[in-house]
Amino acid sequence: MHLGVSESMRECEYSQISTRSSTPMETPYKKRAPKKRKWRSFPGRNKFYCNGRIMMAKQTGVFYLTLVLILVTCGLFFTFDCRFLAVELTPAIPVIGGVLFLFVLGTLLRTSFSDPGVLPRASPDEAADLERQIDVANGSTGYRPPPRTKEVVINGQTVKLKYCFTCKIFRPPRASHCSLCDNCVERFDHHCPWVGNCVGRRNYRFFYMFILSLSFLTIFIFAFVITHIILRSHQNGFLTVLKDSPARYPFTEVVVCFFSVWSIVGLSGFHTYLISSNQTTNEDIKGSWSSKRGKDNHNPYSYGNIFTNCCAALCGPLPPSLIDRRGFIQSDTPQLAPPTNGITMYGATQSQQSHMISSAECRTYQSPARGGRR
Amino acid sequence: MATEFHNLQELRHSASLANKVFVQRDYSEGTTCKFQTKFPSELESRIERTLFEDTVKTLNNYYAEAEKIGGQSYLEGCLACATAYLIFLCMETRYEKVLKKIAKYIQEQNEKVYAPRGLLITDPIERGMRVIEISIYEDRGSSGSSSGSSSVSGSTAR
Repeated sequence: MHLGVSESMRECEYSQISTRSSTPMETPYKKRAPKKRKWRSFPGRNKFYCNGRIMMAKQTGVFYLTLVLILVTCGLFFTFDCRFLAVELTPAIPVIGGVLFLFVLGTLLRTSFSDPGVLPRASPDEAADLERQIDVANGSTGYRPPPRTKEVVINGQTVKLKYCFTCKIFRPPRASHCSLCDNCVERFDHHCPWVGNCVGRRNYRFFYMFILSLSFLTIFIFAFVITHIILRSHQNGFLTVLKDSPARYPFTEVVVCFFSVWSIVGLSGFHTYLISSNQTTNEDIKGSWSSKRGKDNHNPYSYGNIFTNCCAALCGPLPPSLIDRRGFIQSDTPQLAPPTNGITMYGATQSQQSHMISSAECRTYQSPARGGRR
Repeated sequence: MATEFHNLQELRHSASLANKVFVQRDYSEGTTCKFQTKFPSELESRIERTLFEDTVKTLNNYYAEAEKIGGQSYLEGCLACATAYLIFLCMETRYEKVLKKIAKYIQEQNEKVYAPRGLLITDPIERGMRVIEISIYEDRGSSGSSSGSSSVSGSTAR
């Protein structure tokens, strides 16, 4: 019995030794073999699906609620109301409803799944260069970090650019940092939990078309469900309609539509106003361009006429995604050599980056020691 | 010592990176992509001012072309809207076409103008369209010495 135990222990020891000796050998090999796509090491709080093709915010619960509400309401409408209305009134009703429904679904998915216009964070070299410029501009007096803003004049209007400590950049005009997704987003409008994504430069038009078509769809369904109930109660009386089981569902739809129609129509009205004046929700809430701030305060991005503003927002060229989510991470991008003009803060990060390979080698030597401590 | 780099790969391998210069965006006309044409002082001993300005101006023209709001962009926008924007899944936008042109132009400029002078431009799309990154390379031999040697190697590169 004793012998057996010691033998098993010895086996254990042997296996331990063998794993210890093999892991350090394998680590550098494993690191080199598979090419990693960039979305896997994306610094923001986002979710990616389909190998980086789909990009969403981290919390997507409310998005699924939106999807379920739309699908259930439309499902009930198409199965119970449309059949009756197509026979009684015109077959155009299910056709128009179907087209609207597909459009709503398409734009919703485009809004939720696309990159809202995330600005990639600065590379260590770019951050170091900015740091140097800030130091020169402020002079290195005092221990208190000076406020980090830069002023630029855009079409005669002075705009303050704030420094983003997370992304290590001066945020471009109209960009803002989304606290939920932890990204700077270009032409940031708002973070919309209903679509499960930020709304920014790249998906604003999808979002606008979504809420516009959704308000049409809600009004459409609301109107025809009421028509359905009225027609039925003319035939059989209102109380029998209530009791009649398949026709009871229209009341569910009436309730959903009644409560959603106000908010959605209101929201699309608000966004129509924003588009026609070329503002973002963010700027409107802050009152960035309101005349209360000063006489000369005006929106520098407006084209000056409602029609051009609308066309620019909805039919302007679609900007490309700046984060190359599906690209491969390249380890051999040239980095600057360790600091030359004595910037200690960034010098440290730079040298870490540039000696990536050597640190990987270090790890191979350290890991047996660490294993031993455990 | 007179070394000329015709190949970009050759430059990356045979010379060491000495410094990087960042050309910032010019927001004076709004948020359309435009870069400052101010000549960075670090490049003074390396390249003629006009060559640099030509490159930046050409790039600015390309971006202006990509972001131009006109008949073609309206047509593309309306067509895309009619298909619930699903057409973009299989169609290239105009912006992307121009970006390809830009990538080609930068490659060409790097080979013809910048690499022989020990410089390399990085496509702004790889830096979030915030900056034009210009890497300054030095010969391996002189890389051991400090930043003061940049002017010396600049003259030898020519």
